[in-house]
Amino acid sequence: MNPLARKRLTRAALNTAGVLVFLFAVFPVYWMISTSFKANDQIFTTDFIPFPTHFTLDHVERVLTEGVAGNPIWVYMRNSAIVALGTVLVGSAFALLAATAVARFRFKGRTAFLITLLVVQMIPCEALVIPLFLNVKRLGLYDNLLGLIVIQVGITLPFGVWMLRTFVAAVPRSLEEAAWIDGASRFTTFRKVLFPLVAPGLVATSIFSFITAWNDLIFALVLMKESSGYTMPVALQYFFGQRGTDWGAIMATSTLMTLPVIAFFLLVQRRMVSGLVAGAVKG
Amino acid sequence: MPAWAVPYVLLIPGMLVIAGLLLYPMVQMAIISFQDISLRVIRGVAEPKWVGFGNYQRVLDNEIFWSALRNTVVFALVTVTLTLVLGTAVGVLLHRLSKRMSAFVIIGIMSAWAVPPVAQGTIWRWLFDAEAGVVNWALNLLPDWLSSLVFGRSDWSGQPWLNDAWSVYVVLVLTVLWASFPFVAVSVLAGLKGIPAELYEAARVDGATPWRTFRTITFPLLKPVFAVLTILSIIWDFKVLSQLYVLLNGPTNREAFNLSLYSYAEAFKAPPKMGTGAAIAIVLTIILLVVTAFYTRQMVKQEDLA
Repeated sequence: MNPLARKRLTRAALNTAGVLVFLFAVFPVYWMISTSFKANDQIFTTDFIPFPTHFTLDHVERVLTEGVAGNPIWVYMRNSAIVALGTVLVGSAFALLAATAVARFRFKGRTAFLITLLVVQMIPCEALVIPLFLNVKRLGLYDNLLGLIVIQVGITLPFGVWMLRTFVAAVPRSLEEAAWIDGASRFTTFRKVLFPLVAPGLVATSIFSFITAWNDLIFALVLMKESSGYTMPVALQYFFGQRGTDWGAIMATSTLMTLPVIAFFLLVQRRMVSGLVAGAVKG
Repeated sequence: MPAWAVPYVLLIPGMLVIAGLLLYPMVQMAIISFQDISLRVIRGVAEPKWVGFGNYQRVLDNEIFWSALRNTVVFALVTVTLTLVLGTAVGVLLHRLSKRMSAFVIIGIMSAWAVPPVAQGTIWRWLFDAEAGVVNWALNLLPDWLSSLVFGRSDWSGQPWLNDAWSVYVVLVLTVLWASFPFVAVSVLAGLKGIPAELYEAARVDGATPWRTFRTITFPLLKPVFAVLTILSIIWDFKVLSQLYVLLNGPTNREAFNLSLYSYAEAFKAPPKMGTGAAIAIVLTIILLVVTAFYTRQMVKQEDLA
């Protein structure tokens, strides 16, 4: 075979592999979305129906008005959003302060703190459900979204600091020194120089925390009692118990829960990876 | 404020959170694993009773524990391996694709990665549905001789995948693999971009095969990346909970429990046995810490925490 034909063949093989990977990744997501727009006769069939030819908004409408467990889905969306946003607001502020400390200062106990951060991330947070449940009960935060926020802050913080410190470290120190020389106070320097420069990193870290809190099933399952306080994951799994075969509604709920996360992911994709493996990839 | 105090002040909120919400509960959990926590204790009207190693004894005597341990370890082993292999292959593939094609595939795999665990379980439960699932439909498309040869059967109509433990784990492996290979792929791609093209050029001139190129250039240079990816995958796959919870329809089929779900079921399903639940969680934590200790040390060394 001549080299040109060979090259073309390789290119075609690579592209085919790429398309196959794409399909493997996307098909399940596509199937979720398309099922939520299919009429029931196209859902409950042993045939393969690639597109919802009997397109319907029934399922979406049903979950948004009637919902599940006595509440329309938007109640659960709201709860999830409250928990996730609360976690981000409190968590990012704490993470930024701690990240600044470890990235900008040399002090006694710094290495110990960093090792603690690393080791704490090895603890399966699922294993902490029991003590945290008892503590939340004792503090009177049981069945209260605030309790969930507090716990999610704890769970997302170590990784947040770990990720954010690389962003802080990437800001040249000379910029801050220049501001000091110009007579800016420490706080002004932080606000006017460091903060704007780490803002992109902060956004990435925040989105990561948001997603972790948004996705959590186990803590919400254990800590929320009344259905009006359920979050999206709890509501979704509740469907199975109650209406295990209403796949149209289940997929509509699942879609409503997934789309915001996909949007966020595509937004910060690059930074997330660089943050996760930061330090490992050295040039 | 004196200059030396600044970092400590900045660390206060973070330290409080980590100590109060992670370290202290960890200690509490170790304590609870030696106690009997009755409903009256949960309500706060009685003191917990010390039972020594009673909880551990009861757990180790229970065959559910051993099947859960086996499920956890085998699942993690299989899934971590498959995730790393598939992820690396896709990462290398992305590196060789044209810019546009690679961006296209990345968007696709990102959307799989982004799906929340509960939704992952939901989607794959639907794909593997006995009556109307796509997977049974697709398996029925296979020519009968091939299907019989590979699986020993040709008719897949109504195959209930989620009834017995073994096939639940087949579905779970696929679910977790599907959702976690994108991260590996994108990380490997990021690492590959940092390797100078001249190295590959030289290998090509020397007539090295693709496999040899991978073994002698890519792998050694990306070793640190692989170390991080392995450790993260191990941590994630050892404690898979949400997906299994959905696939099993809650903690129902005890034979299909893994350690996380077993711990949860003991502690929160009536009658709540917080003590044994904590003992199981401690076992899981110790396994994870031992498995990851080596890598953690490597990471601490590499980072030199600068």
